Amino acid sequence: MNGFLLILRRDLRLAQRQGMDSIMAVMFFVIAVVLFPFGVGPEPNILARIAAGVIWVSALMSSMLSLERLFQTDFEDGSLELLTLSPITLEIAVLAKIVGHWLTTGLPLIIAAPLLGVLLNMPLDGFPMLIAALALGTPSLSLIGAVGAALILGSRRGGVLLSLLILPLYIPVLIFGVSAVDAVIGGFDAKPQLLIMGGFLLAALPLCPWAASAAVRQAVE
Amino acid sequence: MAIWDTLRATHFGHDDHGVSMGKFSGTNLTCIRGERRVFQGLDFSIEDGGVLVLTGPNGSGKSSLLRLMAGLITPAEGTLTWNGEATSEDPESHGGRLHYVGHLDAVKPMLSVAENVSFWASLRVADKALKDLVPSALDAFGISHLADVPGRFLSAGQKRRVNLARIAAAPAPVWLLDEPTTALDRATIEGLEKLISRHRMSGGMVVVSTHSDLNLGAAQNLDLATCITSPMAEQVAQ
Repeated sequence: MNGFLLILRRDLRLAQRQGMDSIMAVMFFVIAVVLFPFGVGPEPNILARIAAGVIWVSALMSSMLSLERLFQTDFEDGSLELLTLSPITLEIAVLAKIVGHWLTTGLPLIIAAPLLGVLLNMPLDGFPMLIAALALGTPSLSLIGAVGAALILGSRRGGVLLSLLILPLYIPVLIFGVSAVDAVIGGFDAKPQLLIMGGFLLAALPLCPWAASAAVRQAVE
Repeated sequence: MAIWDTLRATHFGHDDHGVSMGKFSGTNLTCIRGERRVFQGLDFSIEDGGVLVLTGPNGSGKSSLLRLMAGLITPAEGTLTWNGEATSEDPESHGGRLHYVGHLDAVKPMLSVAENVSFWASLRVADKALKDLVPSALDAFGISHLADVPGRFLSAGQKRRVNLARIAAAPAPVWLLDEPTTALDRATIEGLEKLISRHRMSGGMVVVSTHSDLNLGAAQNLDLATCITSPMAEQVAQ
């Protein structure tokens, strides 16, 4: 546990000093969403209809944007080797890095999402559910993404490869995330969707750090 | 040197950290990298206070052997043992008892020298001990005055010193040093020699690969050139 906190604290400190990474993810999120009214026209009903989907797709993209650097910088400067060799279980170390990634990119997305909902004329009933669904879904995105980020270590053009590997795996989270918001707006109960997303998160929590660690061990070999 | 007394007091005699002396050995090790046999049938054995110097031409497998000892590479054949137990059984304990210094210095450009060193030390040492250990480790490599300087402003030699201060700050019985003298000036190399000899005196063991002359006193020498599979022999084998 102590090791988990030490690595998390270090990653947060690095993110805070570099600053740009998490700001860029949020800015990308905002700009991507803002582009849609220009593309589909300012018709309020159409925007309201697609709001949840647009916000979720943009959230997927921007969460992926910073994933490439999750292990890459540590890999390049040799820190990842030393983390592998430290007395801390690698799975715990990897989980700490994933939590750090979520805190610096997932959390700001959740905070920015309601603002973008207003921009897209999303019905007010959907706002609490949008936040709840993002809060359940974005940790899964960071977890799944970490597996891809570890797999692309050492490959050139990793960023493109990462999106090819990861985006298909994001689809279930996207489907249920959007459908939870749409259900509430349509006057239905969103509990099944939330339960399924919770299930994804619970499955990803042990499996993804384990898979990512295996990929990291492979990369430092 | 004050640092060594602190290290000894806090670690080598201390049971909390599970640091125990022992015998580190490998039998019949074979390493294959990219379908090329780097070495095969290699044996080594080091005991408390021992030094093993790896020599051999470029590409003879010095780095591969060190990475294999560290557990970064799994041997294609053969086993590594610590006091008779295979190290692959418990990789975390093995990681806890060794320090590996590779070609990369693992210095974060955004963290200060003191933060870099104390992060790595904090993974192995309790917070209380860090306050004494980190400054004395920086002092041992003459980088105390750089403690607050971010890693991105350091020269290659200074980064290497930070990396070496990392191993001085959190003691472990086995040191695996891959060309530790790269980019170091003569005075720092002497400091490193002193640190290694103190490490040995308190029962630590060192495996070091080097091209330059490190004055290490009595040491075993493992010449990897004699283990190398020549291209000719490989063709015959095929």
